[in-house]
Amino acid sequence: MSAATAAARGHDGWVPRVAGPVRRAVSLLFSVVLTFLGLTCVTFVIGRLIPIDPVLAIVGDKASVQTYNLVRHEIGLDKPVYVQYWRYLVKVLHGDFGNSVITSHPVLQDLLHVFPATIELSLLSLIIGVALGIPLGVIAATHRGRWQDQIIRFGSLLGYSMPVFWLGLVGLLLFYAKLGWVAGPGRVDIAFDGMVTPITGLITVDSLIEGQYDVFWNAVSHLILPSSILGYLSLAYVARMTRSFMIGQLKQEYVLATLAKGLSPFRVVWVHALGNIWVQLVTVIALTFGSLLEGAILTETVFAWPGLGLYMKNSLFNADLNAVIGGTMLVGVVYIGLNLLSDLLYPLVDPRARERR
Amino acid sequence: MSTTLAWRGWLLSPAPASRRQARLGGWYRSWLAFRRNGLAMTGLAVVLALVLMAAIAPLVADPATANMQVLAHRLQPASWAHPFGTDELGRDILVRILFGARVTLTIVVLVSLIVVPVGLSLGLPAGYFGGVVDSILMRITDIFLAFPRLMLAFAFAAALGAGIDNAVIAIALTTWPPYARLARAEVLTVRRAEFIEAAELQGASHLRILLTQILPLCLPSVIIRLTLDMAGVILTAAGLGFLGLGAQPPQAEWGAMVSTGRDVLLDQWWVATVPGLAIFIASLGFNLLGDGLRDVADARSA
Repeated sequence: MSAATAAARGHDGWVPRVAGPVRRAVSLLFSVVLTFLGLTCVTFVIGRLIPIDPVLAIVGDKASVQTYNLVRHEIGLDKPVYVQYWRYLVKVLHGDFGNSVITSHPVLQDLLHVFPATIELSLLSLIIGVALGIPLGVIAATHRGRWQDQIIRFGSLLGYSMPVFWLGLVGLLLFYAKLGWVAGPGRVDIAFDGMVTPITGLITVDSLIEGQYDVFWNAVSHLILPSSILGYLSLAYVARMTRSFMIGQLKQEYVLATLAKGLSPFRVVWVHALGNIWVQLVTVIALTFGSLLEGAILTETVFAWPGLGLYMKNSLFNADLNAVIGGTMLVGVVYIGLNLLSDLLYPLVDPRARERR
Repeated sequence: MSTTLAWRGWLLSPAPASRRQARLGGWYRSWLAFRRNGLAMTGLAVVLALVLMAAIAPLVADPATANMQVLAHRLQPASWAHPFGTDELGRDILVRILFGARVTLTIVVLVSLIVVPVGLSLGLPAGYFGGVVDSILMRITDIFLAFPRLMLAFAFAAALGAGIDNAVIAIALTTWPPYARLARAEVLTVRRAEFIEAAELQGASHLRILLTQILPLCLPSVIIRLTLDMAGVILTAAGLGFLGLGAQPPQAEWGAMVSTGRDVLLDQWWVATVPGLAIFIASLGFNLLGDGLRDVADARSA
């Protein structure tokens, strides 16, 4: 027991015990705020780089010079850059990203409308990737160098190297067009479109709540292919990381000690060693979820999945500046949130992180 | 035969007579270790094949043929005249794959040329000077690390306008942060070493120490990281091409080729799948090579 922890347990130890978490919280908050500001800076720069004249986008190209200048003044484009940035920041903090040119709805409303579709697909893929990736990674680590390891390593390397949009197309070609095992692009068949009133926005959950089982099975049939493909790609990363963390653990002396004390190897590997890497795995899982969200722009294009990715892609190609920035901000904020979440979960899964600091 | 044996003996000599012999011998031993790794050698072969493809493309076919449209021959399946068939404008897919290798390699090389100097110039001073410099530089790096990189690359590419050069900038802008971290970590391991102190005592400037003493020690791990990252860069570049944000038609780019093949996927499957396979193999090659290099480096440091 170190002096610090001894002091923390002493009668006047409430100061360090409180100060530790408080200092940690402050430093976390600081880095979150800083990252958020960085994100707003970058999106602001992107907005200024985009070769679209925001004034023309509003007034149209037939407007007179007076109208043009009036609108330009109204939206503050004649102000210095830092004033423009400040205005932008205040708007973003109020959740105001302006209106989408395509849908003419507020961008935030659009984003919240399409986001559940992306969440549904990403979450299922993440579950598949984690549920298979962690056991496979552990098996690879315990069979290091043997054929099990070789197969798992090579399999995850393949997943690592796969262009997701191409794998999606090949999957559609094979399992939808040729074999007919799964439903094609989209979330549900057109016949079922709009039959479920959104409650959570997740079509599988909503259809179950409303008892529309035919819609549910149709949605599942649409989900299987994209989520297996994304699940495989996530698995590749999760298994690879699990393997290398586990190899690090299995080298430790406590493994030998617990084995010598007569614990079964199964228990040592799956309970003790795996238990010790959960901290690192939480970060890996958060990162995987983040990459699924940002990869949505490619997958959703291939599968015509009406989520955030497809919305972003359409905005990119229709010069819908507000929508592009809004979407980037949304994914960025979720990203920061995931990082924060994995930082916050650290002490929960690892008692050592609770005591120190 | 005997001369090769003599070379081997000289290279593997346990008591090298000169610095050059020692260095070459070290490389040779690494190569021997690397050669034993079958997957890594496959990776090396793939990367070399990629370079070869890019080099011979203009010799095999006139650059004009890559874009030559023969509408009468459109969407033909594989044949002797067109080993991978033709696309929707009657262009030979094999020739376009070869020219596509040039685009891919260009992007890979340019991204490396931007990312490594940027990463090093932030990471080296951070680790070397420590203190406030370290805090500021690493804060910046951390902010960039916490961004959704792929998303930003897409947004930047869209903002800058489609094209290879902009794709390179967009990818590089989101790829450099790990290099800064890596360089910093490498500096920290040698910062207190005696040879650094010796150089300082001899009056070497900070810049000189960073460039001549520390930089060379960072390079191996940077190169390994770069090789592994190249696989991701190829995928991102292809993704940009697929979305229409990368190289512009009629230039042959693998991702864009997959995208155009999408429209005829059900009837002429080869138009989309063959370029996709090229992306996959190129990326796999870099991954295998990087893995192998890392194994060699790990074995050496262990």
